[in-house]
This record gives sequence, structure tokens and C-alpha cells, in this order.
Amino acid sequence: MRDALAGGLVAAALIVAGPAAAQDKVVNVYNWSDYIDESILKDFEAETGIKVNYDVFDSNEILETKLLAGSTGYDVVVPTASFLARQIQAGVFSELDKSELPNIKNMWPVIAERTAIYDPDNTYSINYMWGTTGLGYNVDKVKERLGEDAPVDSWALVFDPANAEKLQDCGIHMLDAPEEIIPAALNYIGLDPNARDRESFEKASEMLAKIRPYVQKFHSSEYINALANGDICVAIGWSGDVFQARDRAAEADNGVSVEYSIPKEGALMWFDQMAIPKDAPHPENAMAFINFMMKPEEIAKATNYVYYANGNEASQEFIEAEILDDPQIYPPEDVLERLYTVEVYNPRDQRNLTRTWTSVKSGI
Amino acid sequence: MANEEAIRISELTGEPMPGGRETDLRARSRLSSRLGRLGLIGVPYLWLLILFLLPFVIVLKISFSDITIAMPPYTPVFDWADGVSGNLAKVKEFTLQNYGFLASDALYYLSYLSSLKIAAISTVLTLLIGFPLAYGMARSPREWRPLLVMLVILPFWTSFLIRVYAWMGILSREGLLNQFLIWLGVIDPANPLVILSTNTAVYIGIVYSYLPFMVLPLYATLEKLDETLLEAAADLGCPPWKAFWQITVPLAIPGVIAGCFLVFIPAVGEFVIPDLLGGSQTLMIGRTLWTEFFNNRDWPISSAIAVVLLLILVIPIVYFQNQQARLQESEK
Repeated sequence: MRDALAGGLVAAALIVAGPAAAQDKVVNVYNWSDYIDESILKDFEAETGIKVNYDVFDSNEILETKLLAGSTGYDVVVPTASFLARQIQAGVFSELDKSELPNIKNMWPVIAERTAIYDPDNTYSINYMWGTTGLGYNVDKVKERLGEDAPVDSWALVFDPANAEKLQDCGIHMLDAPEEIIPAALNYIGLDPNARDRESFEKASEMLAKIRPYVQKFHSSEYINALANGDICVAIGWSGDVFQARDRAAEADNGVSVEYSIPKEGALMWFDQMAIPKDAPHPENAMAFINFMMKPEEIAKATNYVYYANGNEASQEFIEAEILDDPQIYPPEDVLERLYTVEVYNPRDQRNLTRTWTSVKSGI
Repeated sequence: MANEEAIRISELTGEPMPGGRETDLRARSRLSSRLGRLGLIGVPYLWLLILFLLPFVIVLKISFSDITIAMPPYTPVFDWADGVSGNLAKVKEFTLQNYGFLASDALYYLSYLSSLKIAAISTVLTLLIGFPLAYGMARSPREWRPLLVMLVILPFWTSFLIRVYAWMGILSREGLLNQFLIWLGVIDPANPLVILSTNTAVYIGIVYSYLPFMVLPLYATLEKLDETLLEAAADLGCPPWKAFWQITVPLAIPGVIAGCFLVFIPAVGEFVIPDLLGGSQTLMIGRTLWTEFFNNRDWPISSAIAVVLLLILVIPIVYFQNQQARLQESEK
């Protein structure tokens, strides 16, 4: 609530400053936290003379609420595609004039095809990064408890109560995101991850209720540190975040080895998309920023920094081999086929989904 | 008419009754002083109107609307553009369905109840800690008191959010508290205390954060307390503990009530503390409201929750105030 108030004040200040700021050479970017190599912003400022005001969020919900309230003062925002689809329906974004985006030729058709599910013809958005939601685990601790043939390549690692119970003492974390966990649960019990009928939700909820007692925390960012420090055994989390945990552990040289796996049953594939709000104060600068972010060498820098794959095919020659060749980051064809996407929920289904999630977490 | 008032004023002030031209002058100065008074009272009323009533009317209006995918995400029930007759027509189809929905799911009822319980227990704990603290401050040497008041206010100089985060560092599994207890040898390093992400942590957070709001009004009342009453009691052979219960405590009641209100009311709607320190089983209306607003993007339902929360708080307070006023009347 305090945030909302502060946000409102900032927005108000931006509105007041609006007419004067229109001539300013600035662009207000709102992106996920820990999601860019900051030198890219310096490159952009040096090349265009446009100053970047870079602000970060850590949940799609916060971003969406601000966008729906309007007058955010932001020029470029980066929502996840499943949220973007609803925001497009709500009329939040302005169409991108592709003729002003010459670097669009560098984009990867494989990804553009998938993002078009959410944004037909990619009219309103350009892919920034994409990734999967899978399993991050502490290699040694999991082996210690479940033996050499621990099912680290399967959702059964946490969704099978027998395994979850054995991992309980060293800790299981899950993203606090119903849009990610419920589809994974549906996928594991053999239902359509895209299902949105009450019956399916109830089945997912029943399965999750059995492992609920063994879950230490539902949180969408704490698991990075917890995995890196060796405080927890397993986390259901976002690919790049787990890789960050792996690197932090390696840097700290604390004897913790973290790995990420895309479960063999399938996993959610998500896309974070750059888009321009209709009421953006500096739409031209926003276009320049998006075009700049499609430069192969610049977006490759971001990928090399955050360990997420990007939707820019031409950038792949600038990406470090260890990332490009990692099947967990750039999955091969057969794995890509197992990845599913989830379509936008309408308000009634969204309410059922959230309610199911509340009941999983709190038992009410 | 003017004369009557002049008589009343002369009675009040004890001045001789004015007559003739003087009445005119007095009437004029009275008019300007009345305007001045109105202006003075007007400031807080304007404040209430702009910062309380207006936002409340907006929230109330949203609570009657329907959810939709748009900007903003609700369809307004009433609209200025429809004019008076258009809006009157809408009154007929006006429903309380969002409020009905709150009654249909036990989640909301349980959230309200749990919030009231957590706030009530926290208020009692704050009072138990705050009273001795305020009493000690009021009984300390006069020259120390400003310093002590300063110390109570000092935490406000740091952001509230940072202080709550600090508690996360203290209460976590590997936190300062557990490290200290392990160092003392009181607890087994393999089995540290689990406080963070439980309701206990929420109580600690609320009591810590709201303690100054209890201590300050209590101190203000206790400091003004007439010590000669206690001396008289002692002279008449009353033991100190009895004098405390029969004199100090009853005279401190206004401070206790003010302190309890200042802690209880914001604690009921608290969001930051349960979100950061509580676990996923910690049920509070602030968090339920957050979920409705951010996860479901359901502004109408979240507005309905907020209106009900306000009624739950305002109705008992207004009732209590009325009772107090009546009590004072009857004492006269």
C-alpha cells in the first residue's frame, strides 16, 4: 500500500512534469529486477544521447496493477506474455510501428511464433528474454537423501509425497505464483496444463495438499539465495534465477553445487516482452530503446549476464558457448516440444485459480 | 437577539453589560471572530473531506461496480455523463452482489476474524509492555524525561520497512537470535527456533512497530497525574500498590483508551508486517485484500472488502464514543 502511494506520487510528479519532459531526451524503463547488464544502458546513452531512467519490479501483479491504473509515466515495460495478453485486451499498449524498428530482422522466428499466441502478429511487443519454470536443486543434498538415482529430471522430485517427505528437513521452496505451479501440477498428474475448469483445479489442489506439509516456503525470489547458501534442497523456480544461484555458490566457493533441470514431463515456457504503454511520455525514445535492445551484440550481453535465453537469433554468435550449448537454457528441439505455454485466464478462471492457490497455501 | 447574546457573553466573561453604540461594535467584532473560528474549524474539516471522505466515496463507488478487462479494470455503475435521470435509472438495477460474494466464501469471514484476533492480542501485549514503560518515564527525574521521550520516538527516524526487514534478520533460522542462543548453549544448533514465517513473528513485529503509539499517550496522561493525590493516599495509610490501582490506573484510563485505539485500528489492516514476517498460513485481511487487488485484479471485490473493514472499525468506535459522551453527561 505504501508502494502504491509512493508510485502514485511519482506518477503524479511525472504527469505534472509531462509537457516539459516531452522534449527531454530521456526514456523511463520499467523491467524485472536483476535482469540486465547495466553496461547496455550506458551503451544506449552513449549512442543516442537519451538518458535511461531504469526502474525495477519483482512481480507481474505489481506491474499490471500500475498499468491498469494508468499514467505510470513509463515508456518501456516488460511484462510476461501471459499477462501482456490481458493488458493488450485492456488497451494498455500502443502498436509498434515495425518500419521504425529495423533491427527486427534479427529476431528468431521460432520464438516469435510462440509469442504470437499471446500477441497476434507480435503487434504490440518484442521478446526480451524467455525461459522455463523447472527444478533447481542442491546436487549433494538431494543425492544424500534420495540416493544416486534421485528423480532430479522429474516433477516427482517434489510432487511425489514420498520424495518430498525425505527432502523436508533440508527445505523445499516454491514460486508464489499460481499461474506457474498449478499448470505444473496439472502436467504432473497427466491433465492439460492449460486446463481452467474447476474440476482440474481441484485435482491439482488435492495433489499439492499432499506435499504442502513438506514445503517450507512459497516465495518468488528468496530461493536464489537459499539455494546458493545451501539452506534448501529443492526449489521450483525460474531457469535463470537458478543459474544465478549456481554462480553465486561457485563464486562463494562454499561447496554447494546447484543444478537446474527441465522436468521430463514438460515445463512451462514463458516470455518477457518489451512493450510501450499508450500514455508513454516519450514514445519515440521508447522505440529507439527497443530497437537498440534488438542489436545482436547488446542483447547477447544481457543473456551472458542473466543466463536467460533471448528471442534474437542473430545474437547467438555473441553468446558464450557455455550458455548457448547448455540444453537447460537453449533446449534442443525434442525438449522444446515438451514445453507448454499457458493462455491468459479470464477474470472468473483467474479468481478460481487464485482461490485454489490460497487453499493450497493456507488450507482454507 | 443580539442583546440576548451580549448578556450571555457578559455573564461568561463577567464584564459589565454593554449598551448603545458599543453593542454594534461588539456585534461586528463578534462576527469577525465567528468567521475566524469557522475558518479555523474549516481546515480540519477540509482535510477530512479531501483525504478521507472523498477517497472513501470513490472506494464505495467502485465496490458497486463490475469487474472487466479494461483500464481501469471495472465498469462504473454511476457516471457523471449519464446525468441525474440516467443515474436514477441505474439505481434500480443497483446490487450489492460484491458484498454478497464476501459472505459466500469463508475465506473473507475468517480473514476478518483472524485480523481482529491478531490485532486484539497485539494491543494487549503492547499495553502490558507500554504501561510500565510510560509509568517509568513519567516517574523518572524531570530532567531525564525529554531524553526518554526522544528515545521512544527515535526508531521513527529509520524507515518502517527497514525496521521490519531487520526483524527478519533477527528471527530467521540462521538469524541473530538463534546465533546468540546457540552461543549461550541454550538451544541445540541442529534445532534452531523457528519464529520467522509464523504468527509469533507477526505479533513481535506489530508490538515492536506500534509500541511508541501506546507509550506516548500513556506517558502524556501519567505525566499530568496530580502527585498530591498519591501523597494524600500515603498519608492516610494506603499502601502504594493499592494507591496505584485506585488512583493511578483509573486516572490513566483516557491514555489507555487512546493508546489502544492507536494500536488496534492500524494493526487490523496491517499488510507489510504479516507479509514479511508471517508465513503462508498467516491469514489477515490486508493480505486477502492484496490478493484480490493484485492477483485477481478485482477492484470491485477489494473495494467491498475495504468498505466492510472500515465499517467493522468505525461502528464500534462511534458507539463507544457515544457511550462515553453519555457517561460524561450523566456525571454532570
